Amino acid sequence: MTDLTALSYTSEHEWIALDGDIATVGITDFAADKLGDVVFVELPGADSAVTAGDVCGEIESTKSVGELYAPITGTVVEVNDAVVDDPSLVNAEPFAGGWLIKIRVEGDLPGDLLDRAAYEDLTA
Amino acid sequence: MTGTPAPPRTSPLHDRHEALGASFTDFGGWNMPVRYTSDLAEHHAVRQAAGLFDISHMAEFDVEGPRAAAFLDYVLAGRLSTMKIGKAKYSLVLAESGGIVDDVIVYRTGEQSFLVISNAGNRDAVAAAFETARATWAPASDASTGSATAAAAEVAEPTTEVPEPVEGTGTLAVTDVTDSSALIALQGPEARGILSSTPGVEITGTPLDELAYYAWTAGTFDGAPLFVARTGYTGEDGYELLIPTAQAGALWDAALAAGAERGLVPCGLAARDTLRLEAGMPLYGHELSRDIVPAQAGLGRVVAVDKEAFVGKDGLASGPADAPVLVGLVSEGRRAGRAGYAVLHGDDVVGEITSGALSPTLGHPVAMAFVAPVASAIGTELTIDVRGTRIPATVTALPFYRRNA
Repeated sequence: MTDLTALSYTSEHEWIALDGDIATVGITDFAADKLGDVVFVELPGADSAVTAGDVCGEIESTKSVGELYAPITGTVVEVNDAVVDDPSLVNAEPFAGGWLIKIRVEGDLPGDLLDRAAYEDLTA
Repeated sequence: MTGTPAPPRTSPLHDRHEALGASFTDFGGWNMPVRYTSDLAEHHAVRQAAGLFDISHMAEFDVEGPRAAAFLDYVLAGRLSTMKIGKAKYSLVLAESGGIVDDVIVYRTGEQSFLVISNAGNRDAVAAAFETARATWAPASDASTGSATAAAAEVAEPTTEVPEPVEGTGTLAVTDVTDSSALIALQGPEARGILSSTPGVEITGTPLDELAYYAWTAGTFDGAPLFVARTGYTGEDGYELLIPTAQAGALWDAALAAGAERGLVPCGLAARDTLRLEAGMPLYGHELSRDIVPAQAGLGRVVAVDKEAFVGKDGLASGPADAPVLVGLVSEGRRAGRAGYAVLHGDDVVGEITSGALSPTLGHPVAMAFVAPVASAIGTELTIDVRGTRIPATVTALPFYRRNA
């Protein structure tokens, strides 16, 4: 079980797990529930550069399309091929098997990341 | 009317939905379940077993009186007067322009009575269309009834008593009965078995195993009147059940319990939308609007053009010849065109998608779109602009999905 209090969050409903300079990124259970069943994800390729706050991918459900915002600036070092093959992982395990990309962080983390309590306030 | 939007209404079954953990959405002025667990699972349940939908947001009108059939022939696009008691018929409410005000299902409940079910968001528009039509409809027998007719012409509040129809007069009552009942759809191949085994449900009219598609039968549930129509909006066999508000919760619970072992699950509007899309059924506000005439939406057969007079007849006669037409589009892959996306033929924009999704049943994207007639032939290769990426799409016949009869 992922310790949700150990993660950082964005107001765009991404979560970030930081391990050294590698950030694993996914979308929260709240976002997954709002989208409904995810049927397609488009993620940035490995080695591509992403900029905090910019759109870097798409998450489609049967009902709607959600944009994936890069929560931090850096270089994509790994893409979760399992979630590309089986997008339902985003709904089933948003904080585990449904992770989306890993980014090598460059520079400082954005100052507006939220802790668990702040994120829960946002989505309450 | 005030400038402040009314808060969304809730169904008589709202407490059931909350207890089942539904997510809600605003639809047609109502706060209704969009899904309970997974919209894909709910979709598949309807195709493979059965689903239970609360569609109490839909509006119901009783139309009663000696000239009710003649009035419906005038206010609706089809010919309703030839319907037999016990039958149902899909029809359209048209504007004078010929544009579509709403699509409805009409059930003949008696020689002089009909039930008309319209979309939630068009409840007021349909009521207004009926009122306006009363003013322009002038059958000879109406002249003799004087003020009684004028009084009955108002769309009555649910509490208003329906005047007893008197043979030979023009008395006509149009009564909005939406708030007195709940509407529950039981859809899927297991629907008949589930309804037959739901405790408390007694069929008093045509038995279920003799009830034709697009027909209705009478019954009771715990003593309350139950209207059972073999109609739906999913592309599967099934029923739509009209039940007085007071008994609605008990019927919902009884059907869910009786159907559990047959795979029945509660289903929300998300599944309802993908089911109807696969079945090629139009949704008002997407495929149908006041700017669309029936022939454009492939509904020319619904209009009985040889009727002497009906609302919209003159408008239809003068409509444009080269208007866009509704087509089905299929694509490969998993990325779906959505409502509003442009459809191109070569480099020319030839139309726009009205509904689209990755078809849960078929596993590939499907969409309905209005395109120029020149690009509408079956097999035409088009592209969809999916947020800047061109996705190939082929014009195909509707529906995308048809159940095995």
